[in-house]
Amino acid sequence: MALFVTCLVDTLFPDVGRATVAVLERLGCEVVFPVEQTCCGQAHINTGYHRDAVGLVQKFVTTFEDFEAIVAPSGSCIGSIRHQHSMIAEKAGDGELAARARAVGARAFELSEYLVDQLGITDVGAAYPHTVAYHPTCHSLRALGVGAKPLTLLRSVRGLQLIELPNGDQCCGFGGTFAVKSADTSVAMLTDKMADVLSTGAEVCAASDSSCLMHIGGGLSRLQAGVRTVHLAEILAATEDAAP
Amino acid sequence: MSDAPAPTAPIHAPAGVGMLRGARTFPEAARQALGDPQLRHNLGHATATIREKRANVVAEVADWAELRNAGQAIKSATMATLDEQLVRLEHQVTAAGGVVHWASDADSANEIVARLVRETGSREVVKVKSMATQEIGLNNALAQAGIDAYETDLAELIVQLGDDLPSHILVPAIHRNRAEIRNLFLRAIPGIDPGLTDNPSALAAAARRHLRQRFLSAKVAVSGANFAVAETGTLCVVESEGNGRMCLTLPDTLITVMGIEKVVPSWRDLEVFLQLLPRSSTGERMNPYTSLWTGVHRGDGPRAVHLVLLDNGRTSVLADQVGRDALNCIRCSACLNVCPVYQRTGGHAYGSVYPGPIGAILSPQLTGIEHNASLPYASTLCGACYDVCPVKIDIPSILVHLRAQDVEVKRARRDVPTPEAIAMAAAAWTMTDDRRWSRAQRSSRLARLVGRRRNKARGLIRSLPGPLAAWTVARDAPRPPAETFREWWARERGRDGQRR
Repeated sequence: MALFVTCLVDTLFPDVGRATVAVLERLGCEVVFPVEQTCCGQAHINTGYHRDAVGLVQKFVTTFEDFEAIVAPSGSCIGSIRHQHSMIAEKAGDGELAARARAVGARAFELSEYLVDQLGITDVGAAYPHTVAYHPTCHSLRALGVGAKPLTLLRSVRGLQLIELPNGDQCCGFGGTFAVKSADTSVAMLTDKMADVLSTGAEVCAASDSSCLMHIGGGLSRLQAGVRTVHLAEILAATEDAAP
Repeated sequence: MSDAPAPTAPIHAPAGVGMLRGARTFPEAARQALGDPQLRHNLGHATATIREKRANVVAEVADWAELRNAGQAIKSATMATLDEQLVRLEHQVTAAGGVVHWASDADSANEIVARLVRETGSREVVKVKSMATQEIGLNNALAQAGIDAYETDLAELIVQLGDDLPSHILVPAIHRNRAEIRNLFLRAIPGIDPGLTDNPSALAAAARRHLRQRFLSAKVAVSGANFAVAETGTLCVVESEGNGRMCLTLPDTLITVMGIEKVVPSWRDLEVFLQLLPRSSTGERMNPYTSLWTGVHRGDGPRAVHLVLLDNGRTSVLADQVGRDALNCIRCSACLNVCPVYQRTGGHAYGSVYPGPIGAILSPQLTGIEHNASLPYASTLCGACYDVCPVKIDIPSILVHLRAQDVEVKRARRDVPTPEAIAMAAAAWTMTDDRRWSRAQRSSRLARLVGRRRNKARGLIRSLPGPLAAWTVARDAPRPPAETFREWWARERGRDGQRR
């Protein structure tokens, strides 16, 4: 099984990558980190730079096509790999790359999908004695359709008290370059998301995408709100012996 | 990379007429809307109410997924044979005693309608709520021709009396609350009872009294159409207030302006949409009034029936293999009500009569991307619109497609690439090689020095330079860690991580 750590986690949130490795290895997976990996190209694709993205799709496919399964701690990167890579290749007139991209995309999984669907595990043996509000993130919810899988995993975590996040299915306002291009609208959406998070009284706001967490966490920190943002992988990696 | 060049340049909706282009970019217009607390409250309340109603009535339908599939399939098949369907429609409308006019654009449609009204000798028309006539700016064109147009839908009346613009496809006055409407009525309706309250029934009754005389005296009505059935030449309007029924039956002359994409081949197809539309739009099981008319009938209804078929850029949308699905829209506006962006900015920020997610893909295609370049970016690509669309238009994918079109147009037009294009090209160059990428990651640690660290306890950055300053306006930024993931892996698991 190959870990696609994502460029964001690699560069800014390495603890999330380490937590992903810890959970998978605890469950007996042999985790390989192909060092040739860089970025899935989602930011290029969603900002309209489709020509520039072709090389990134090529790089991703070449790096990962020999692996039976590819796991990433991100719903939106997996969404891009599964639904956009072949489109980019086809647009570039490279039917062969498109076919390879489709094959790789079908074997690429977001962490909770891999744990629940591929490994058939809902209790990963974690312990996390905190109150948690879970934000499902748009791409996990709608592009991948992970449904209740993350919640199922969280419900089995020892000591964890899950509090339902009101309006959870509403976007936090990140949207990649949208956060900068339409900063005012993005912040208006973030404000409502933070109000919903704070209304739960939870200590922790969790999600399965570091990008959304960077957005929500950046806002909560600016407000000195006293709520931490934590990636799903970090919660699942925590045990009674080793807090994250 | 690009699609094969079209044989002729696509013909877009002309500038200077109608309502498809805003004066400002989306972010600029949105900023103003976001600063209006009353608007935010009105919109938040209204969209939440409709969202809940829709969700409840959709959940009742066991075969909703199949209905959506059918709606999508019928629309796509119709678009694939649109030329044939339209000719068939023309033939059947003509056979039933109606007159069909072809309008290539807004100017042409406005001229046709103004001429038809003048020929009746009348100087006024009553109108059924219609997106097509808003799109082409018909009321303005008629005013210039000395003809008064009276909107008879309650919300359109509110918009017209306030000299305002519609901000929602289905609920054009969604940005107004009842207190604002009461004040408007007191100001704008002559002879109104000064004791009018803001009770919704009292407001509706006041509008009803105001409109009644218009219905009885009008000789000409102008409508749009939700559907046109090609096999019999039948036109269809669905509505909730009965004003449409009055307009469609009382006047001597009925002129219908309809986008060419509204045709459906048969009555069996209509059956699907009459189930999908009311539940998706008003959250009702069935709409209160469904009017269907086929040509002219002696002694019953209008004596002259005209159909103006409007292109105004639609053919160019049809030519785009990805973008053409936007023509499948049945104007239910479910995508507006679930859109987290629309819910906060309202419709005026989009600058077009078609706001929200569907507007963000339709307006730029009708006008050409150059004229609505900011709209495809007015979305986080959250996908809520795609989930509720009754004909399954993949709006997020079309937004991404149009963003790419915008980038290509800018690339072709400018000698100097934009800073964003340079950054994207540089990032792509760096990231197609992992050695370059890991070197770049190491140098990104310089950001530890660039960002001013105020929030020391959490190691976050309070303010970033350049375009990223828009991030730190309200959000702290993460401080790059001392060690990237790949450095940790190399240190801990060096052997496994070796290059294959």
